[in-house]
Amino acid sequence: MSGNSSYNPTNPVAKWLDSRLPIMRFSKEHLLDFPTPKNLNYWWTFGAILAFILVVQIATGVVLAMNYVPDSSLAFDSVENIRRNVNYGRIIQATHAVGASMFFAAVYVHIGRGLYYGSYKEPREVLWILGVVIFVLMMATAFMGYVLPWGQMSFWAATVITNIFSAIPLIGDPLLQLLRGGFAVDNPTLNRFFSLHYLLPFVIAAVVVLHIWALHVPGNNNPVGVEVKSSRDTVPFHPYITMKDLLAIVVFLIPFAWFVFFAPDILGHPDNYKPADPLITPPHIVPEWYFLPFYAILRAIDFDMWFISAKLGGVIFFGGSILVLFFVPWLDGSKTRSGTFRPLFKPFYWLFIFNFFLLTYLGAQLAVEPYSTLSKIATAYYFAYFLIILPIVSRIETPKPLPASISESVLGKSGS
Amino acid sequence: MASDATTDTTTRRDFLYVATGALGAVGTAAAVWPLIDQMNPDASTLALSTIEVDLRPIMVGESITVMWRGQPIFIRHRTEDDIAQAKAVPLEELKDPATDAERVTEGYEQWLVQIGICTHLGCVPTGQKSGSNRGDYGGWFCPCHGSHYDTAGRIRKGPAPLNLVLPDYRFLSDTLIKIG
Repeated sequence: MSGNSSYNPTNPVAKWLDSRLPIMRFSKEHLLDFPTPKNLNYWWTFGAILAFILVVQIATGVVLAMNYVPDSSLAFDSVENIRRNVNYGRIIQATHAVGASMFFAAVYVHIGRGLYYGSYKEPREVLWILGVVIFVLMMATAFMGYVLPWGQMSFWAATVITNIFSAIPLIGDPLLQLLRGGFAVDNPTLNRFFSLHYLLPFVIAAVVVLHIWALHVPGNNNPVGVEVKSSRDTVPFHPYITMKDLLAIVVFLIPFAWFVFFAPDILGHPDNYKPADPLITPPHIVPEWYFLPFYAILRAIDFDMWFISAKLGGVIFFGGSILVLFFVPWLDGSKTRSGTFRPLFKPFYWLFIFNFFLLTYLGAQLAVEPYSTLSKIATAYYFAYFLIILPIVSRIETPKPLPASISESVLGKSGS
Repeated sequence: MASDATTDTTTRRDFLYVATGALGAVGTAAAVWPLIDQMNPDASTLALSTIEVDLRPIMVGESITVMWRGQPIFIRHRTEDDIAQAKAVPLEELKDPATDAERVTEGYEQWLVQIGICTHLGCVPTGQKSGSNRGDYGGWFCPCHGSHYDTAGRIRKGPAPLNLVLPDYRFLSDTLIKIG
């Protein structure tokens, strides 16, 4: 999309550099001039918001690591020390912890946007798959980060989640010992989680680069889902999109700052302010809110299926709920990208969104009726949406007529 | 130059390619293995693998929890009722069938020694203290996902697939056991 370069340096130093490492040319083409559909709405700003939070998380994380001690007898106190004694530690620690929640809030909006506007469809399948890879890496990073303060919830989250691997037939138990570095979660587990928690964000950053690369080959999808046809359909990335993204980031920072300054612990769990105790499991263990939908799916399978035990079944559905996202580009056969023009798809989509909130709610409840039955129904819909509804709806639905171009859709709207 | 003989027969060069590749793969695997194996339990963790427990202070009906290899071990001094109740259960009612006799050492059936970790996802069940929730079958109850264990530590209800695991242990005397 960026074939005709507008970078013509006159400065001799710039020319000298351009013939050796065309980094300025690359930046101008991809960060300033990149042609972007002119009808992008605010749902498209979440990519920039996510990039911003990744930077915030890495910056705050690096300085937290200067004060944190990854030792099972010192970790809890070192986090308390950061919160009480380290200069600005209260703010930095809160920003990092709240930042994880904001990261997931933004990524769910970003994924939901993609699902509604069909951003995963040809030719953007690789872009979508890289996004799912980032999501999986985020989940691993957030989980290991949550273990580091070594409170009760940290410890038991580590125990329960690593135990998931013991469900794998044959290699389960040796694998579990390998992951934990012992017969139970202990100091070796904490040490390796700290190491990996520091490593993975940089892996995420690398995949983000690929994600943006894969975005810049076909260019952005847009709310009407009609491909860019001429330069009349686009605006340059800078200043139009940079300013729009910046405004969105500032607005997003308002609730972020409210949490950091006024309620830094509200998204956490009181039990995590008790030091880890390997002999006492808290009466009601729940993961962080952003894992609740998947936790609800894990728990929903409390019955044996044929030769598959309830435990293994729960793990299969838990893993499957994320793996299924990789196949969405092929499960949805509709050539029409945007949900706006798909009358049959739309109600099922909004039911899926409602169902996702319902799973979040159910994941936080005790494993008793009526929640157990509701969890099974919600889990069934989650999978049915991807495996049954998307393939069938996309084949029987008659989409509404599409506008001839992005320009026409924009002008038509302002004319009416 | 390319004759028929060189296109459809294996040459010395093909052999060298495969041999070099295979050796390279083995060498890489050998180099990677230490990096993976260092994650396994280290010698100091493995060294802490036996303990002795004096059973004398445990009254009938009481339980104690001791640590072994970083895991809680549940030792319960079972009452006559507990034992009778466990023996009365028909095997076909059990998800992971085991008789009461298989769960204890012969001649010491009042002593039930188990790893206190739910076989579902690894929480520590409640039921050790007299006032705590022992589930529907008088044994242990896992608060995480609602698994119920009976007075022989057998899974009766809930998502856990197996009975509570029995550690390796033996009676050194009537009141002293060695775990591990």
